Amino acid sequence: MLSKITSCALLGINGYIVEVETDISNGLPAFDIVGLPDSAVRESRERVRSAIKNSGFNFPINRITVNLAPADTRKEGPFFDLPIAIGILAATEQLKTDKLKQIAIIGELSLNGDVKPVTGVLSMAYSLQKRGFKKLLCPLENAEEAAIVEGVQVYPIKNLKESVDFLNGEKHIPAFSIDIKNYLYNNSNIEVDFSEVKGQENIKRAFEVAAAGHHNIIMIGPPGSGKTMIARRMPSILPAMTFEEAVEVTKIYSSAGLLPNSRPLIVNRPFRAPHHTISAAGMVGGGRMPKPGEVSLAHFGVLFLDEMPEFRRDVLEVLRQPLEDEIVTITRVNATITYPAKFLLIGSMNPCPCGFLWSEKHECSCTPNQIQRYISKISGPLLDRVDIHIEVPAVEFKDLEENIESETSDSIRKRVDSARMVQLQRYKNLPFLYNSQLTPRYIQRFCRLNKPCKKMIKDAFDKLGLSARAYNRILKVARTIADLDMSENIREEHLAEAIQYRNLDRKFWI
Amino acid sequence: MSDTKYWVALSCIKGIGSQKFQMILKHFNSIKNFWHAEGHEVKEVFGMNQKICNTILKYRETINPDEEMDKINSMGVKVLTLNDEDYPCNLKNIYDPPPVLYVKGNLKKQDEISVAIVGSRKATVYGKVIAEKLARELSEYGITIVSGMAIGIDSCAHKGAISGNARTIAVLGTGIDIVYPRRNASLMQKIIEHGAVVTEFPLGTTPLPQNFPARNRIISGLSLGTIVVEASERSGALITADFALQQGREVFAVPGNVTSKYSTGCNRLIKQGAKLVEGVFDVLDELGIVYEKISNEIKDIAENKLNDEEKEILEMISYQSSPVDSIIRHSRFSAGKVKAVLTSLEMKGLIRSLPGSSYIRI
Repeated sequence: MLSKITSCALLGINGYIVEVETDISNGLPAFDIVGLPDSAVRESRERVRSAIKNSGFNFPINRITVNLAPADTRKEGPFFDLPIAIGILAATEQLKTDKLKQIAIIGELSLNGDVKPVTGVLSMAYSLQKRGFKKLLCPLENAEEAAIVEGVQVYPIKNLKESVDFLNGEKHIPAFSIDIKNYLYNNSNIEVDFSEVKGQENIKRAFEVAAAGHHNIIMIGPPGSGKTMIARRMPSILPAMTFEEAVEVTKIYSSAGLLPNSRPLIVNRPFRAPHHTISAAGMVGGGRMPKPGEVSLAHFGVLFLDEMPEFRRDVLEVLRQPLEDEIVTITRVNATITYPAKFLLIGSMNPCPCGFLWSEKHECSCTPNQIQRYISKISGPLLDRVDIHIEVPAVEFKDLEENIESETSDSIRKRVDSARMVQLQRYKNLPFLYNSQLTPRYIQRFCRLNKPCKKMIKDAFDKLGLSARAYNRILKVARTIADLDMSENIREEHLAEAIQYRNLDRKFWI
Repeated sequence: MSDTKYWVALSCIKGIGSQKFQMILKHFNSIKNFWHAEGHEVKEVFGMNQKICNTILKYRETINPDEEMDKINSMGVKVLTLNDEDYPCNLKNIYDPPPVLYVKGNLKKQDEISVAIVGSRKATVYGKVIAEKLARELSEYGITIVSGMAIGIDSCAHKGAISGNARTIAVLGTGIDIVYPRRNASLMQKIIEHGAVVTEFPLGTTPLPQNFPARNRIISGLSLGTIVVEASERSGALITADFALQQGREVFAVPGNVTSKYSTGCNRLIKQGAKLVEGVFDVLDELGIVYEKISNEIKDIAENKLNDEEKEILEMISYQSSPVDSIIRHSRFSAGKVKAVLTSLEMKGLIRSLPGSSYIRI
């Protein structure tokens, strides 16, 4: 007898349909799985055999052949345990096959027949929706995640016995549903707030500008000046994620197996702060069967690199492509996979290896050469992709004591939101969304300077020792500052403020 | 004049300093005669010191004075010997003037009225700002600024003079064809345009540690006085100050914070009797010369033209540096507005941004 079950597998962050065909024929007892299975898939033979027996069904003593179609794509992971078990039961006529045509099945089996959760269910459910499947049988723990996809009815199951009863029509399981829009808007809880940062008005303003125009930012300051604290608060002033953005981020986390159990949808912008010992593969993704790296996990969120010069040179250099293209493409023997990687980069560094170069209280113990070497670790091309440089001075003790009212993240976010709206309006039919993405051609069009501004920028270059690469960066940032100000044209004060954000170009600090 | 090439050739031999040059000159009347002298005659000059004679005889064979001269000329380098009229007068008067001086750029008569500004390579912001300010203000009185083109205080002194559009001289501890430190290559170019780079070391001399104390005696020797801006306990700038004393020149020191290790050297100099410098007039008074201020008061004009916002914020910036955060907090403007005003004030030359996000009034 032959049976056919629809299931799904993952390639990168996207799912694709896999047909699980099971044939039982006479001959020496054997159990083969074909269709490029990896070891997790091949081992499912043992799990399936035990699960069938322990759920009270008969495991056939015949020749069993399972084919996973399409046969030319390598399959990995334990998604096919449940479909194979159901396929064997269907082929041996231990369950009714009439429902099987319309329903897709995903799930891992434990030896006693329980169904265990798997990764990437959201992506797989989307691929089903695209192909017109209406029903999905999936592990109970994954039900919320799968239910995000509209138009797919999700039936959560606990074990093999229950799924057989359901398919036979002996047990009714209600379709699982979740009010996802409601979930999206009510569950975004960021526990940190900008009002907790005392003093540092200068830096807060820089972050506001960075958030408004999606500009990458680098902070330079001594240890203990609050660089990390401020960076962690960046997601709290970025605009809330849209449903589409949330789904895309969730897909990445789901396929990487990083989705928190109790949360079907990631609703807060991610904040990733990898340690500086990270490898290049860990940063952009990789592995024999590629997994998303930190840049993709920070998709639509913030990638924070603390102590940037401590990162390995090759790790920093691989950031250049994703910063430019907003995607990473990983090519391995088995597959070529593209992950989205559109993130806001926040870097932080000390002014010198010991960190006390500008401090009035501590003596710096670095030699000028050490300082030079430390700073030159951040290469020019990488620095070219960072629009805003800002120095973070050490916090005065009296600032911590003083009870000054600081602005909350919410009120900053309101300004950021409206500045973003202005940009969306302006770039309506263009291939970009924010000021930071402007290419030189569009800079000329959207960042026009009037006469006094032109004179000012020329003076700035002559008198302040700015380097040539700063020019376009200054214009883009000035555009954002004008947007925050709701001004249609860039005025002198906008330009003057933008010039403040180019510290690393000015070679005075050694 | 035709003698110059022999001076150059002799100066290329290691171990021949100004003393030996004097001995040779006394004995032979000219370096040319010496260069062509027989071996036994050479030995007569140095008496018992056979070692130096052997070195001279050995190297004399390998050096071709004409080739050396061609090389120097092709680089656009001028050579001044002790016998030249253009040889700086101040330098000639010290105990051991360098017999040969390689010069890139121009030395002028007016450079006799010069002051050296020296200090640590590793300096604080305070030191750098003061060095630059003193250099610029002195240069406004037509005084040439001499320093060593090292990073830190030295570079700031040169930059100050250049920004005052005045003359400055850098004395190197390497051959004139070598840029050390490398990152000062563009500064060196500017110094050449605004004055001169000089050294006593032959072409190709690498930055050996022992060269620098010798270089320091030229720095102090070229100048009427030496200002030490910031020097730690064992800074090379103190060696320059010692030379200045030996040469009978003035020594000035800029006082520093008593707790700062960057200023211990300066403070000790003051304790020992060096003139304390707070501003440019301390230097002018001590040198006993009153000059017409050359440049006019650009600053006053700029200050009168400010708008109200700029005036208000300028008032909040002290001469001892004010952090941007405190300016923002104490002003009635938004952070963005304050930053914009700061940029425009800086471009008008009234304030300067310091590392660590703060500003200082200048």
